[in-house]
Amino acid sequence: METLVFALLNGAIYGLLLFMLSSGLTLIFSMMGVLNFAHASFYMLGAYLAFTITEGTSFWIALFLAPVLVGGVGMLVERYGLRKVHAQGHVAELLFTFGLAYLIDELVKIFWGRTAVNYRVPEILDFPLFTLYGAQYPAYRIFILFVAAFMLVALWYLLKKTRAGLIIQAALSHPHMVGSLGHNVPLIFMTVFGAGCALAGLAGVIGGNYFVTDPAMAVQMGPIVFVVVVVGGLGSLEGAFVAAMLIGLLQTSAISINASLADIFGFIGLGADTELGEITIASMAPMLPFLLLVLILMIRPRGLMGDREV
Amino acid sequence: MKSTVKAALAAAVSLCAVQAAQADTLKMAFIDPLSGAMASSGEPAYQSFVLAAEHINADGGVNGDMIEILGLDNKISPKESLVQLQKAIDQGARYIIQGNGSSVASAIIDAVNKHNARNPGEEVVFFNYAAVTPEFTNEACSFWHFRFDAHTDMKMNGITDWIASREDIKKVYLIGQDYVHGEAVAHAAETQLAEKRPDIEIVGNELHPLAKVKDFTPYVQKIISSGADAVITGNWGQDMTLLVKAAADAGQEIPYLTFYGGSNGAVAALGEGAIDTLYQVSELAANMEDVPEEQNALVEEYKERFPDYDYYYHRAFVTLDMFDKAAEEAGSNDPIAVAYALEGMSVEGGYGAATMRAEDHQLQQPLYITTVAADVTYPVDNTNLGWRLVEGGVIPADAAETPTTCEMERPD
Repeated sequence: METLVFALLNGAIYGLLLFMLSSGLTLIFSMMGVLNFAHASFYMLGAYLAFTITEGTSFWIALFLAPVLVGGVGMLVERYGLRKVHAQGHVAELLFTFGLAYLIDELVKIFWGRTAVNYRVPEILDFPLFTLYGAQYPAYRIFILFVAAFMLVALWYLLKKTRAGLIIQAALSHPHMVGSLGHNVPLIFMTVFGAGCALAGLAGVIGGNYFVTDPAMAVQMGPIVFVVVVVGGLGSLEGAFVAAMLIGLLQTSAISINASLADIFGFIGLGADTELGEITIASMAPMLPFLLLVLILMIRPRGLMGDREV
Repeated sequence: MKSTVKAALAAAVSLCAVQAAQADTLKMAFIDPLSGAMASSGEPAYQSFVLAAEHINADGGVNGDMIEILGLDNKISPKESLVQLQKAIDQGARYIIQGNGSSVASAIIDAVNKHNARNPGEEVVFFNYAAVTPEFTNEACSFWHFRFDAHTDMKMNGITDWIASREDIKKVYLIGQDYVHGEAVAHAAETQLAEKRPDIEIVGNELHPLAKVKDFTPYVQKIISSGADAVITGNWGQDMTLLVKAAADAGQEIPYLTFYGGSNGAVAALGEGAIDTLYQVSELAANMEDVPEEQNALVEEYKERFPDYDYYYHRAFVTLDMFDKAAEEAGSNDPIAVAYALEGMSVEGGYGAATMRAEDHQLQQPLYITTVAADVTYPVDNTNLGWRLVEGGVIPADAAETPTTCEMERPD
């Protein structure tokens, strides 16, 4: 029972963080048809900017300012980079974002050094909130949960319930028609790209101090974010949400399972002393998202809720 | 007037030229992670070697040659390390220094053995200051490899002796990194505990991916629900810091017996919670009594030079001191001559004498079990906490010594 409760709690938090990261990527993909390889770099940028702002002022200012700054950088990238490259086709765009990821990586190393920075949880949130089955639960984790849930609701409201959301949705599927109706489609694109980057930045602000803020964080997060987007279905926000939660829960609960492959497949004759049988479910946790990716691509290439083929 | 200035300048220039001709540089390649998740282990080690080299150079160098430490980033990858090794050899380095990751050390030993077999007269020697898999000085021993750190079985002896003396510990949890080092630690703990305290139950034996886990909370919750009384881990670098950080967040207060609790940031992550819960077995006991004055001065100098880190890699200084002494005794900086001179060599370390055992090239030195305490002379991580020797925590060199199965082949 306690294993289940903890796995659910931790999985939900990790899943929400993943969704915060991948929602921006999904939006950008459905809009431009381009996978933004630099997306996780914006996540890293958010964490580092928050670290610097926290040093100078306070965490609460960083919580608002850092995502705005990252969003601003994203808009500039779209306006002066992607838009120019767009004329050369998708491959050029892909290569552009690929290069951008490396550029941001190196810039971060130059400005903030090659090792992890000491980006800490704010003192006001650095206390155990409650004790569950003998383990204390840090307040900051619940804070992450609330920020992520708030962002989720805000995003849903913006896209589904406002006029701006309607126009964005229309621009995603029928940009030419929206343009003919007199809306400034390039501006919409720029705003959505910026907003997507800002979301990644926000994930960096609240995730950076709970995990580690180091130059490797983008590279480590990048592949998982792609898995979320592909499994959820390219261009589907709902799908990305389901996939993010699924991966979050899968990965954290796998760690808490003590069983080995032999315990599960023992009935077909897999012995506990064989090399394959010795592998535990817990040690397979990092592999599971990618296993899911391969399975989804084989069985349902358009993802859980996607409306187009990969 | 003008001519005197000219003459003085000319004299100065020629003097420089003469000095430059006399003092060659002796290149030593330092191959370890200098970026990424594990750089918090590689960087302070690099700085330790640089400082140790500066001291030797200021003292007249090695047979008159000035040591230059080339820092090469291997990103903790064995493949990348071999590229860097080749680069180092091409740049003229005949001494290789590496420590972080037994997977890397194993690749380097292999490559050095091959290189030396194929290029007689251009041999290189490998100084391993931290890769502790026992095989390297047992069945896989090599004449070209010298280990300046106590290996897993030696360190585990210290830990299991301490556990054996604690009657209240009935259940032990093992957690480690999923590669040869983590496996060796778990194996040593299991066999030694079974021997010394057969009543102890091992309630968990977990290996997690190396340098990939960002959040150890699920692992810590598993440890809590297992009801363990103590945890043994060989984790290092970021994996050490994040593990104890998650344990502190969960409010866990059982002893963590570690090889590398001194990893940069671990004490800071635990804060006051580290007192009497974080233990380390190492060759270093900075706050011990009877430490020679110059050793304490070195600790202070290190902190002044590198305020982000603390004096931790004592073995870096032992390595270069012993190398210097061996080269002067051999009267040459040639790797083969130095390697022969190193066999059986002893130096007076700041924390007890260290001897390089000739039969397997494993350094023998006293080990210390320390735990975190407030009110110490040399605090770490820019906190007011530091490492204090536990009662009965001194393991003399002959008690830490383990037999070897090494059958060394020596060149003529």
